Order: sequence, then structure tokens, then C-alpha cells
Amino acid sequence: MAEISAAARDRTPMAGTRSPARRRMRDLRAMPGFSAVAWACIVALYLPIVVLVVFSFNDNRSVVRWTEFSWRWYEAAFANEAIRGAAWTSLKIAAVATLGATVAATMAALATTRGPRFRGRALALGIVNQPLVIPEIVTAIATLSLFSLIKRLTGVNGIGYLMLAHTAFCIPFAFMPVRARLEDMTLTLEQAAADLYATPWRTFRLVTLPLLAPGILAGAMLAFVVSLDDVIITLMIAGPGETTLPIYILGAIRRGITPEINAVSTILVGVSVLLVLLLFWVQRQMRK
Amino acid sequence: MTRPVTGLAVASALALVGTVAAAEGELNIYNWGNYTPPELLEKFEQEYDVEVNLDGYDSNETMLAKVQAGNTGYDIVVPGDYMIKVMIEQDLLAEIKPNEMENFDNVDPKWVDVWWDPGRDYSIPYQWGTTSFTVDTAVYDGDINSLSLLFDPPEELKGRINMLNDMNDVINAGLRYLGYGRCNGNEEQMREVMDLLIEAKQHWRTMDYATIEKLTSGDVDLSQNWNGAAMRARAQRPTLQYAYPKEGFTGWMDNIAVLKDAPNMENAKLFVNFMMEPEHAAMASNFARYANGILGSEEFMDAEMLEAPEIVMPADAPAPDFVTPCPQEVVDLYNKVWTRLKQ
Amino acid sequence: MLSRRAGLSRAALLAPALAIILAVGVLPLGITLVYSVLTPGTYGGVSWAFSLDAYVQFLFERDIFDDTLQFNGAYLSIFARSIGLAFGATLGALILGFPTAWFIATRPREQRNLWLFLITLPFWTNLLIRTYAMLLIIRDEGIVNLSLMQVGLISEPLSILYTDTAVFIGLIYAYLPFMVLPLYASLEKIDMRLLEAGYDLYAGRWKVLRHVIVPLARPGIVAGCVLVFIPGLGAYITPELLGGGKKLMIGNMIAMQFGSSRNWPFGSAAALILMALVVLVLLAHARAAGREGRAHG
Repeated sequence: MAEISAAARDRTPMAGTRSPARRRMRDLRAMPGFSAVAWACIVALYLPIVVLVVFSFNDNRSVVRWTEFSWRWYEAAFANEAIRGAAWTSLKIAAVATLGATVAATMAALATTRGPRFRGRALALGIVNQPLVIPEIVTAIATLSLFSLIKRLTGVNGIGYLMLAHTAFCIPFAFMPVRARLEDMTLTLEQAAADLYATPWRTFRLVTLPLLAPGILAGAMLAFVVSLDDVIITLMIAGPGETTLPIYILGAIRRGITPEINAVSTILVGVSVLLVLLLFWVQRQMRK
Repeated sequence: MTRPVTGLAVASALALVGTVAAAEGELNIYNWGNYTPPELLEKFEQEYDVEVNLDGYDSNETMLAKVQAGNTGYDIVVPGDYMIKVMIEQDLLAEIKPNEMENFDNVDPKWVDVWWDPGRDYSIPYQWGTTSFTVDTAVYDGDINSLSLLFDPPEELKGRINMLNDMNDVINAGLRYLGYGRCNGNEEQMREVMDLLIEAKQHWRTMDYATIEKLTSGDVDLSQNWNGAAMRARAQRPTLQYAYPKEGFTGWMDNIAVLKDAPNMENAKLFVNFMMEPEHAAMASNFARYANGILGSEEFMDAEMLEAPEIVMPADAPAPDFVTPCPQEVVDLYNKVWTRLKQ
Repeated sequence: MLSRRAGLSRAALLAPALAIILAVGVLPLGITLVYSVLTPGTYGGVSWAFSLDAYVQFLFERDIFDDTLQFNGAYLSIFARSIGLAFGATLGALILGFPTAWFIATRPREQRNLWLFLITLPFWTNLLIRTYAMLLIIRDEGIVNLSLMQVGLISEPLSILYTDTAVFIGLIYAYLPFMVLPLYASLEKIDMRLLEAGYDLYAGRWKVLRHVIVPLARPGIVAGCVLVFIPGLGAYITPELLGGGKKLMIGNMIAMQFGSSRNWPFGSAAALILMALVVLVLLAHARAAGREGRAHG
């Protein structure tokens, strides 16, 4: 690997005139069949979502047998205070957990990959990834015992426990992409910035953070979906009034799931698509 | 960038500090998911000026684990029959004496001296039902009232069967089919049950709790089922019929009880009394699609509930069998059978 | 002096993540360890009497009549099946996820985040509902079979639903973003000029892929595999729904011990055995990677 980077470094000055080289680079990146696989994956990821959305308009109370078109489940979902509350709780917890986990994970990734190896690095890595390696139900039961002890000692209740638990199991998911991004990344740019008398904070904000951004974004997105879909830990730890959407749905299985859930899911996806499109549009406008 | 981050951090820190438990005028209910009509709670809120929180659980065991850990913050729970007995033994329920409450006369006498709470010192009936199975009579037109359909199925039902993914429901059905007693610690008999189940499993397509979806999508033509779910499935697939097997079937009752460490004890008692009103019991039944144990609730119930063959048992059906909690040795034995069956 | 400061700032950077996980991860792990050497309480919970029965039970069962220990492979075979499924799903996710991540990483810079978002958006919907939708798609008369028959590739519907194939498909689906996102994070930083150098040295695209891109993407591959394999090992909602629930998965078997089986110590012990296995695999991998790294360096 070392010889390749050496070769590349030697080559760079020759890249000379910009536009033809660029065109060639485009070409170089194309791998046979890769785009086809990627498109197939994306279609496959969305196929169930299409079915899910279609059934949110089912007149029948079944999520598996289509009868005819109707808005009734959207009306029902809007009227259903429990389901609205559950969706809101889910989003709230996911937002806090994503933020907390991403910040903590990014810091931890910086500490474990920048600079020389240090004693205890392997241990630190092991601890950060610990929530991954033990089945959820066991963590859930043990955390339940721990939290109820804390509640008894302090008398403090509230949704904070649930947010803390979510933050913990989101950390490895946010950590992995950031670390993957940081590994093998040279310190040259930061050193250059430091040489130019930038303060460590400015170096971080203007150099390291932009370099890291794709990893952080990937980690945050994973953390968000992991928190949003968690069932077991939430089920065990949630207190009064802290029902999340997955818990609501889990409880509904035995009595049959209705397209109301599809309607809520559709709304959630629709709203997030709108928000993201808006964000991109604003970004483009600002760039102009 | 920095300012919103700090703001959110402060907000989450505040959320962590949280609320210190239970102001007056609250009631926290922990019931099975999707089992409590919202109108009912609204009515209670208005009548007593109390704010009600409702959360759902998926199994008796989940609820028990949380209650055992303590400090759940809940007032009301709705355990199944055997779980009431367990929770009374473990001293987790408050002895609220519903039998001395104003509305207790409405409780059907046949649900007063039950083995899980003799004389009703701790709990009142919420909903009760049966666990048996549903068959599509368009696919199989023979006599459906036999467990042989599950364990030695006719040709047309082979590979078209869904069993509940529940250790006790499956093993109890096997025990009944072989004519052995429940909570069976007899090694030889349990070995027979295991052989029976392993032999029958090849004819089962799935083992899943989501019986309504399995039946209505047409994935299976027979499913072990609860009677309320059977009624829901029949609404989608009218040729389905609920069986009352001659070998016997499980009966169960969920009961409203109050936790010993309930933060809102007085409101909880009010709610227990409230739920013994026929009108309120009927609201619960109309929503959950099961029978309640309150006399006089019939006049408030949906007409289809009163004549549904899943709710109104035929006269010649055997009495439902309410299964007691089994000792640990038996559970260990069941667990072995179950693991072997699904290894 | 400088190294002391570096050490301090490193500690400060590590502190939040470690504090959270020590409190909500490692402490419960300690509780689990304690549970695993106690005896089951009546009706769930534990009673405070030391016993190693939970670990013995994993491999042996006591004969009811003469109390001798007999080997019992039931739990081992459940473990083996879960490991096989998780491994297969990891491989599948890697084969599908690598091209997808590469595709995203080679889009114009301003589009990449949008693509990332597109990959994760399906997972904003609930897992159960999504799985029901998958049931409809891979049924005998579902979209997949209908379109395959339409095209004329098959004449009879493929029976996928309620088989191990369905479980594979479901697991790959459920964990694909966990593979794609870390891979993207690591592919996106590859300096494309290296490819040019690679072509000069090796010519063929596959060779460049093997000798340039894959080695550079290694951290992403490792991260993705870890994020798919380990959660896949404990998964059971998707496998149960799509596989028909006739076979136990590790996750389900362990969860059952805290539910109707009422054997918390055994559930704890099984979880710890699983964790030990996972850690061994990770360590073996780290050692192998270390050796390779030295060989290259």
C-alpha cells in the first residue's frame, strides 16, 4: 500500500492541465456493474416502502389484504392521540440520542485514532463498542435493575433515563463510521494549520471537522434509525407516558396491526423527505 | 453551529433531571397494548378531573419484570389470571378490597371466587376469552372441534397451519390432545408430548403471534388463535370458524389490579370502581372484542358481539380451562421440550 | 510536557463516551455476570444462591432419574444456525453494499448527502410494518414471483417465504445501511489520483479494485462487517417473521429465558457466552489485521 501512495505522490504534478484529467478521472472511477448493483439495492430498499405506503390507503383494516382506496387511516391516525404521542416521543428520544451519541462518538474516535497509540487504547475501543456485543434483552433487564435502584435512591424519574440508554447503544453505531473515516488519515493538514498559528479549536473547526463531516453524518444517520426502531430496551426502561412508536406497535400485534401504523410511517417519511429537499434547495440557493 | 448545539445540550440535561414523581390528579395505567379504549379514559378524566397516562406491554412477563424491579411509577396493571396469583404471592399488589366497593355487586358471581384471587381482595375482571384455533371451513369441511387438526392434520390442512409462538399454549394443547394433566412434571409423558410436537411440526407452516395477518393474507388456513382475534379475522375472511375442541381449550382472564407502590393510590381505587360500571366494561369490550365479567354490560355492547360464535360458546363445548402457574421444575421441563422442538 | 497535555486532552475527548457506556453498558454487564452465577428465582428474577448450573446447562442436561450429565447439543445448534445466518447476511451485505457505497462516493460532492439520506430513509418506518411489506413482496403470489414469471425466468413461483432464504433476504435488507454508511465514510476520502496511479501500475479495473480501493477501504469494511454481523447475531424479530418462527435464534432463545422460561441466570450465561464468542472473533480479526499491517508496512 505504501508503494502506491508513493507512486501517486510522484504522479500528481503531472496531472497538470485540469479539465482533460478530470474527465479521465470520472471514467476511472466507474467500476463495471457497480452502478447496476447500487440501483438494484436502492430499488429493493424502497420496494417494501412502496407497499407500505400503498396499504396506508387501504379501506380495509388489514395490512396484508387490499380492498379499496380510502383516507380513513390518515383520519384515524390524526385523531389518535396515543399514536401521535408515541411518534413524537420516538422522535424526541431519537433526536437527543443521536446528538449525544454522535458528539461523544466523534470525540472518542478522535481520541483513539489521532496521534500515537497509547496504553489502554484497546480497552477504550472495547468499552465504546460494548453495547453492540451483548444481546439487547440482557442489557435491558440489567439496566432496568440499575435504573430502578437509582430511582429509589434519588426519587428522580423521567424520560432522561430512556434518552441516556438510547444514547449508550447509539454510540457504537455513530463511532464506527467516524473511526473508519479517521483511520489512515494523515495529520498533514492539521499540522499545516498549526504551523500557521491556528489555535487548536480553529484547526479543529476549520480543518478536522470538514474532513470528518461525511463520517459524522453517516454515523448520526445510523444512530438516528437505530434509536427510532429500538424495541426491547425501550420496552423495559420506559416509564409512564413514555411509549414510543415501536412499543405501541408491538403491543398491537396480538390484536392485529391496522393500516393506521402505515399511515403514521408514511407521514413520517413524507415529512422528512420534504424537510431534506427543502434543506438542499436552501443550500443551493445560498450557493448561488 | 455552536449555539443550537448548546441549546439542545441544555434541553437534554433538563430532560435528564426530569420530573419528580406524581403530582396529584394523575393516574398511570399499564395495560396490554391496544387494549384500552381512549374514550373510556377520557370519560374517567372528565368525571374525576384526573390526568390519565396509558402505556402498553406485550406480555405478562415484561410487565412482571418491570414491576419486580420496582419504582415503575404505574398505578394500575392488568395481569392475566396466573400472573395475578404470582403477583399476590410476591406481594406486588395492593389489597384494595374491590369486594367492599360500591359497584362490586355488578361483578358476575362466577368470576368472584376464582383461584387466582379468591373473593376478589385484589383485582376485578377486565376481559376474558379463550385460546383455541380457527379453521377455514371452505378448505376443510369436516368436524373442526378436535385438536387432531393441529397434531394429525387432514391432507388439505398439511402445511397450512400457524401455531402461536408460545411455549405454554403449544404444550398445553399437546397435553390436552394426549389426555395428560396441565403443569405436567412427568418426564415420560412430557417425552411423549415432545415426540408428538416434533412429528406435528412438519405440517405447520409458521409459529407466529400475528394470527390475524397470517389468516387474512391466506398464508395459512388454520391458526391457533384467541377468540377476539378470531372474530377480527372472520370479518376479513368469512369462511373462518372458531373451534371448541372436545379435548379442551384454554380460558384466560385479564384483571385490573393496583400496584403496591402505586403513586396515586386513591385515583387507582376510583378507577377500579369505575370499571365495574356496566357501561364502562362494555366500552372496553366493544374496543377489545372480548367478553367482560360485569353483569348488565350486555345492554351497552355492540350487537355483533352478543351473537358472535367466538364469544358465545355453544352449550356442548367443554368448560374453558384456566391454567395455573407451574412450578419451576415443570417450566424447566417445558423449556427443554420447546428448545428441542425449535432447535 | 507536550505529551502530558496530549494525554489529558485525549482523556477529555474519551470521557463522555466512556462515562455513558460505563454507566449504562458496563455496569449492567457486571449485573449480568452476577445473575449468571445465581439460581433462578420463583417466577422470574434471581435468588441469591451461588450456582454454575447456568453454564453447565448450556452444554449438558441433567438426567431426571439418575442425575448424571448428558451432552445436549440443542443450544449449540441454535448458536451455530444464528452464526451461520449472521455470517451469510454480512457477506451478502458486503457484496451489495460495497458497490452501493462506491456509487454514492463517486457522485458529485453536493449530491452525496442526498444519496446517503435516500439509503437510510426507508428505515424511518417501523421495522414490523416494513417486514409485513416484505412478506407481501416475497410471497408465492407476491411482486417478485409475479414479475419473474412475467419475464419468463421461472414458470412456477419460487417458494421463498418462511424459508432460510427469506431470513437471509430480510437480514441483508435490515442491515444494509449499517454496511453502506461506514463503507461510504471510508471510500469517500480515497484520493482519486491513486486510481490513476493504480491503472498505470496494474491496468485492469478489477486489479485496481483489489489492490488499491479495497485495501484503502479496509477500515470501512471492518466497521461495516462489525455493525452487520454482531447485531445480526442477536436479531430475531425479522428472522422470526420471515422465517416462520419454527426455529429459535440466539436472541429469541435468550429473551425467552427472561420471559416465559423464567430462567434469568441461564439467559445471562448464554448472553455472556455469546459475547465471549464475539469478542474472540474480533480479537482474532484484530490480530490478523495487525500481522498484515506489519507485513505491508
